[in-house]
Amino acid sequence: MTTRDTDWDGVRLHVVTGKGGTGKTTVAAAMALALASAGRKVLLIEVEGRQGIARLFDCPPLPYQERKVAIGLAPQNAQGAGQGGDVYALAVDPEGALLDYLEMFYNLRRTGKALTRLGVVDFATTIAPGLSDVLVTGKATEAARRRVDRRDDSHVYHAVVMDAPPTGRISRFLNVSTEVSGLAKMGPIKTHADTVGRVIRSPQTAVHFVTTLEEMPVQETLDGIAELRELTGDAIRPGGVFINMARPAMLDRADLAAAASGSLDVTELALGLKAAGISDNHGLAADLATELREHALQVALQDRERAELQASGRPRYELPMIPEGIDLASLYQLAATLREQGAA
Amino acid sequence: MTIKAVRLDMDRLIDDRRTRIIVCCGSGGVGKTTAAAAIGLRAAERGRQACVLTVDPARRLAQSMGLTSLDNTPRQVDGVEAGSGGSLHAMMLDMKRTFDEIVEAHADPDRAAQILANPFYQSLSSSFAGTQEYMAMEKLGQLRHADEWDLIVVDTPPSRSALDFLDAPQRLGRFLDGRLIRLLTVPAKAGMSYMKVLNAGFAMMTGALTKILGAQVLKDAQTFVTAFDTMFGGFRERAEATYRLLQTPGTAFLVVAAPEPDALREASYFVERLDAERMPLAGLILNRVHTSPASRLSAARSLAAAETLETQDGPNGKGATGPRYAIAAAALRMHAERMHLSKRERRLAEHFTSAHPAIPIVQVDAQPEDVHDLDGLRVIGTILSRQGS
Repeated sequence: MTTRDTDWDGVRLHVVTGKGGTGKTTVAAAMALALASAGRKVLLIEVEGRQGIARLFDCPPLPYQERKVAIGLAPQNAQGAGQGGDVYALAVDPEGALLDYLEMFYNLRRTGKALTRLGVVDFATTIAPGLSDVLVTGKATEAARRRVDRRDDSHVYHAVVMDAPPTGRISRFLNVSTEVSGLAKMGPIKTHADTVGRVIRSPQTAVHFVTTLEEMPVQETLDGIAELRELTGDAIRPGGVFINMARPAMLDRADLAAAASGSLDVTELALGLKAAGISDNHGLAADLATELREHALQVALQDRERAELQASGRPRYELPMIPEGIDLASLYQLAATLREQGAA
Repeated sequence: MTIKAVRLDMDRLIDDRRTRIIVCCGSGGVGKTTAAAAIGLRAAERGRQACVLTVDPARRLAQSMGLTSLDNTPRQVDGVEAGSGGSLHAMMLDMKRTFDEIVEAHADPDRAAQILANPFYQSLSSSFAGTQEYMAMEKLGQLRHADEWDLIVVDTPPSRSALDFLDAPQRLGRFLDGRLIRLLTVPAKAGMSYMKVLNAGFAMMTGALTKILGAQVLKDAQTFVTAFDTMFGGFRERAEATYRLLQTPGTAFLVVAAPEPDALREASYFVERLDAERMPLAGLILNRVHTSPASRLSAARSLAAAETLETQDGPNGKGATGPRYAIAAAALRMHAERMHLSKRERRLAEHFTSAHPAIPIVQVDAQPEDVHDLDGLRVIGTILSRQGS
C-alpha cells in the first residue's frame, strides 16, 4: 500500500464552513478532489441549494441524487502520475432528505410525498429550522457510514465532504441533537438526531474553517471555533483552518518595509524600467511604487491576520489567490496544494 | 466595444429629503455593512437625521460606532461632524429580543408567557434561517413608524441569498395559509378530538406525523401554533405593510456586489426581482474593485519587461545574487498580476452592465486595509460619492 499519512486520517466526514465570500465551496471541492486519490470514492455534498458545485464542475444542476462529477487528483508516486479516484456530488435539500428518511426508517415514501404536499417541509423549515438541519446532516452522516453491502462492510465512500452553512450558523447547524432535544424529548426524531449527533461528535468528523487573510473573516473564524467548542462542550472537533486567496509577498522583508513606509527608491525603479525598455512616462515608476506600497501594506495585514489565526492552535493550510478566477484546472491545482500540505 | 454604465449619484440620493429608507442588499461577504455605515455617516454629516440598522457588523467597526451594548434600540454615534445639523444613530439587530418584544406587545401576559416558554418558539426565535429576515423587516417597520429619523439605512442579514430578505414576508404568509397549520389548529379551535373532525386521510397524516416526530413534538407544535394563531395575523399584516413601504418612492435599494461571478450573479437576480416587485432600485455598488494607477502599462508588456530584467545579469556579474533590478522586476510582475485581475473584474462587471445597461453603478476600489473607524467610513463615503470616472 502507498497510503500516506495525512493530517486527517480516520476522518470520514469533512464539514467545510467559512464566512461568505471566502471561497468555502471552492475549498470543499478542492478537498474532495484531493481526497479522491487512487480508486477512492469521495462524495461532495451541498446543503444550501445554491448549485455552486455544479457551476464549479461545469455540469448541469445537481438533482437529489449522487452522481459522478469529476475524477479525483491522481497521486504522484515513483512511477509518475497514478490513477485518480471518483468525486461524486449531491445537492441535499430538506424535502428530499425527509423523503429519504421516511423511506429508510419507516418505508413511508408515499406518505412522505403526501406530507410534502401538505407543507410539512415548509412547516418544519419555518417553525423549527433545527428539524430540517437534522434531516440534512442526517443525509451526510448516512453517506459517510454507508457500507457496500451486508457481506462487505467496507465503506462506499472513502470520505464525505460537506459544503456547509456559513461560519455564523455552523455550530447550531451541527449541534443537532441538542437543538432537537429542546423540541423532542423522546420519540423517533430524537433518536435520529442522537444517532446523527454521535457521528458528528465522533473523531470521524472534522469541521474545517475557510478564511481569507482579512480582518472580518479571521475574526469570524476564531469566533466560530470558540463557539463550536463552547456550544458543544468540546464534543465537535474543529478541524483545520484553510487560508484561501493568500497573496504571496513579491519582495523580501527589507524591501517590503521600505515600500510600506514609502521610502523605496523610485529612481532605482525608473532605471529598472529603462533597462527593460519601458520609458518612465508620466511618472510610471512612481505609480508602480504606489502599487508596491499597497502590496506591502497588504502583506503586512496578511501577516497580522496569520498571527491571529495561529492563536487558534489549529493546523493551517494556505491556498494562493488565482488571479484568473476558479476553473476546473485551478481546482486541481488547489487540490494538489492541499495534498502537498498534508490536508488530504 | 464596451457598454458605458451610468454613474450612481450617491450625494443626490442622500441629499434628497424624500429618500427615507436605503436598503443595502447583496450576498454575504461583499461589504454591505460597511457600505451601509458609510452611507449613514455621510448622510448625517450632510445634514440628515440618519439611523443605521445593521445586522452583523465586524467587531471593531461596531465598537467604533458605539454598538457595544445590545439593547435593541438605536444609539447616537459619537464623533460625527454635526456642523450641518445632522446626526447619526446606529443599532445592531437583536433578533430574539425583537421577536420577544412583538410577542409581549401583542399577547396578554399569560399567553405571552406561554408562547415564550414553548420549545418551538424558542427554537424559532433563536434560529437564523429566516427569522433574522422577518425581524429585520419588523425592526425596519418599527423604526420607520417611530419617525424619529428622516433617513434609515438598513443592512440586510447575511443570508445565503440576497432574495431571502424580500421573501421572508411571503414565506410567512404561505406558512400561515398552509394546510398544515389549519390541520394543527383544528382540534384546539373546534374543541373536539381529531377523529371527530378529520377524515381518514387526515388521520393517516397525523398518524404519520406522530410516528416521525413523536406525540409530544406534535402537541408542542400545536400548542405553539394555537397560541400564536391570534398574533400571526397582525405579524403578517405588519410584514406586508413593511413590504409595501419598500415599494414606495421614498425607498431606495442599493445592491452591493464584489466583482466575483457568484456575487454578481446574485446581484443580477436581485435586480430582476426588484424590478418585478416594482421596488425602487437606486443602483449597484461594485465593491472591492482592483484598479491600477499605472493602467497604461499592459499586463503583457509588464510581464515581458519583468522577464527581461530577470534574465539580466546581477550587479556583480553572471551568477551573482539576483538580477540587477530585482525590485523593478518584482514591481512589474506584481503589476502584471494586478492588471490581469483588474481585467477579469472588468469583464465580469461588463456582463452585468450588458444585461442591465440602465442601472447606475458606483465602484469602490479595494482598500489595502479593513475599515474599522469613522475615518475609514468617511473615506468610503467619499469614494461612493465621487463624481466622474
